[in-house]
Amino acid sequence: MDLGFSRDELAFRDEVREFIAQHLTEMAKRGQSLTAASTTEPDVFKSWHAALYRRGWVAPYWPKEYGGPGWTPAQRYIFESESARAGAPRLSPFGIQMVGPVLMKYGSGWQKEYYLPRILSGEDLWCQGYSEPGAGSDLASLSTRATRDGDHYVVNGSKIWTTHAHFANRMFALVRTANTPKRQEGISFLLVDMNSAGVSTRPIITIGGDHECNQVFLDDVLVPVRDRVGEENKGWTYAKYLLEFERGAGFRAARLRRQLSTLYDLVRRKKNSPPRGDFSERFSEIEIDIDALEFIELKLLSTIQSGGSPGATSSVLKLRGTQIYQSITRLGIDLIGYNALIWEPRRPLYEIGGDAVLPDEELAILAMHLDGRAHTIFGGAAEIQHEIIAKRLLDL
Amino acid sequence: MDLTLTDEQKLIGEAANSFIADQYSFEARRAIVASDAGFSREIWADFASLGWLGLAIREEFGGSGADAVTLGILMEALGRGLVVEPYLATAVVAAKLIDGLGSKDQRKALLEVIAEGKSIIAFAHVEDANVPLPRDIETMACSDGDQWRISGQKCLVFSAPWADTLLVTARASDDPHDRSSIRVFVVSASASGIRTSPYLLLDGSRAANIAFDNAPATLLGRNENAAGEIDAVSDLAIAALCFEAIGCMQALLDDTIAYTKTRIQFGKPIAANQVLRHRMASMAVQLEEARASALRAALMATDAPERRARAASGAKLKVGRAGRFISEQAVQLHGAMGVTDELNVGAYFKRLMAIETMFGSPDMHLRNHARAWQGAKRTR
Repeated sequence: MDLGFSRDELAFRDEVREFIAQHLTEMAKRGQSLTAASTTEPDVFKSWHAALYRRGWVAPYWPKEYGGPGWTPAQRYIFESESARAGAPRLSPFGIQMVGPVLMKYGSGWQKEYYLPRILSGEDLWCQGYSEPGAGSDLASLSTRATRDGDHYVVNGSKIWTTHAHFANRMFALVRTANTPKRQEGISFLLVDMNSAGVSTRPIITIGGDHECNQVFLDDVLVPVRDRVGEENKGWTYAKYLLEFERGAGFRAARLRRQLSTLYDLVRRKKNSPPRGDFSERFSEIEIDIDALEFIELKLLSTIQSGGSPGATSSVLKLRGTQIYQSITRLGIDLIGYNALIWEPRRPLYEIGGDAVLPDEELAILAMHLDGRAHTIFGGAAEIQHEIIAKRLLDL
Repeated sequence: MDLTLTDEQKLIGEAANSFIADQYSFEARRAIVASDAGFSREIWADFASLGWLGLAIREEFGGSGADAVTLGILMEALGRGLVVEPYLATAVVAAKLIDGLGSKDQRKALLEVIAEGKSIIAFAHVEDANVPLPRDIETMACSDGDQWRISGQKCLVFSAPWADTLLVTARASDDPHDRSSIRVFVVSASASGIRTSPYLLLDGSRAANIAFDNAPATLLGRNENAAGEIDAVSDLAIAALCFEAIGCMQALLDDTIAYTKTRIQFGKPIAANQVLRHRMASMAVQLEEARASALRAALMATDAPERRARAASGAKLKVGRAGRFISEQAVQLHGAMGVTDELNVGAYFKRLMAIETMFGSPDMHLRNHARAWQGAKRTR
């Protein structure tokens, strides 16, 4: 074992730094720093996505054959750390991190050929049709129906908490195609064109004031059979594979480190009106948590690199990553004191010029804290992660 | 960057686990702890023949020059076995201090006998029970030509009752705050002017308070500041100790899972209750984080002092907190049986308590770690 970087890895780091210096705009950085929601809006990440696409760096985890850069774990780590450190926007995760890996593993030749390049180019923007009003943590109880009619499925039902459905032109959705005694066995995985007739969305505003989520209604929506991934009624297998990547892949630690250091900069700048009390031990506790999380991520990356799946470790990362995020947003609230009472009603925050009551560096802290409560709920609530760890890691 | 275990590391892990399973059962350990000596010379000789006592020693002095991760893998197995023999004191702390400070002749003379299992050496450093990593040293050393003499009091010298030789920290100047005057001396445990008061520790191991009154001593290495080397060895010892704790915690988690699956109450295994399942999941998560922190500290054990010390403090905090949570929950989930001396759960509990305190408590390490954030501090 060795933590150090080789000469090649150091050269790669310089290359990444140079790329960032050339292509990451101040506007993109400001947009990301004023994003309180968990998913960054297209207006913020567009220019960065385009620059990465031209360089072939959009999807660090994809193998070369599908247009990924074919990086080693160390290179991915360097890229993610440097991007996060520089405050680069997060790209939309639904294509690159979620449906992409599923298509690579289970998709048809046509699906791979058609959809994967469009994810990389940014031409397609995806959203995730998993949860329903009656199926949250108990996802397998979903009731959106797809009935076969010749070369199409006719889909009826409703999806909820659909992040960025108002931006997306594609949705991957779990639908019920059979009523089986074991509910998981009657589910299929469909790729839905959001511009199809019968698709409509309703915004859901969070307690942080953001429009991130939606309810999506599907009324007699026609989906071609060729847009079913894998076999009919085997969708649960693909859905679980996706969830492992949603929860486990990537480097939460790099982002968390960036967020913590942003708070530290805030304290340093507030010399004339410093926070009361000593926050250094809280900074340390969070930093130590991030150090541990980063190490679990690095070890998992080696596993994925050698062909393994994230498995239940992804639940450990999801659970702790979101808890650490919430401890950072809480620290932010405590650091700005009375200013945490001031509510800015306008959205998006990054479009507000200089006329807000609070300065830029404090503008998103309250919304982050409020929206941040969702982190231990979406993608499988913390309690569900405990259950997965008990079952799969401990064989309980 | 490479985070995979080498074949050699895997082999050591397997060998250590099977040795513990075969030779160091809970009953065998109980007999060793209860014996007059309180440790086993046979086991120590086995450690030597397996090459473990020379793991941290370079090849030219009879060891195998293994890195901190390899050492950690062995420590994890020793933790699982609740080994009381003075591995950390002699094969890690003393060996590394001698290697870092000693002259070539001293290294040759002292390290070879450690690797062969012929010498047990303890590190007499702490002087105040509330200061586990002392910065100031009261014990004084006076030179008398080539010979030195030391006077002072040391306490909680781990493994001292078994040692034939002591490494003693003392100050070579009158200024009690002059860290640059700290030296390490080699003192025979049977030298004149030494009074040793041995006692038991809560985990079944042994320690002593030692008073030095003009005891004859040999300077380890040259007459120069040893504080930096002591810090480096302490950080390595913390990483090793954290791995030992990982072994204890993993054993407790395994035992607790096995117990709750077989213990029937209200007509079903108690592991069927969600409140217990989630408790054990939390134990597993904390263990995973502790393991990552320990590995990180080991990999950073040879980094620049500040980075190394922060990694060690971070590991000591995570491992200490996890050790407390896991051991308390293991006892809780074992019910009344967990509080008896009949199960090894209590023995792990006690060893984890000891580890939490040794080389500085989690709170102390958090304070040390937080110093780097002090720019953020504007206390009023």
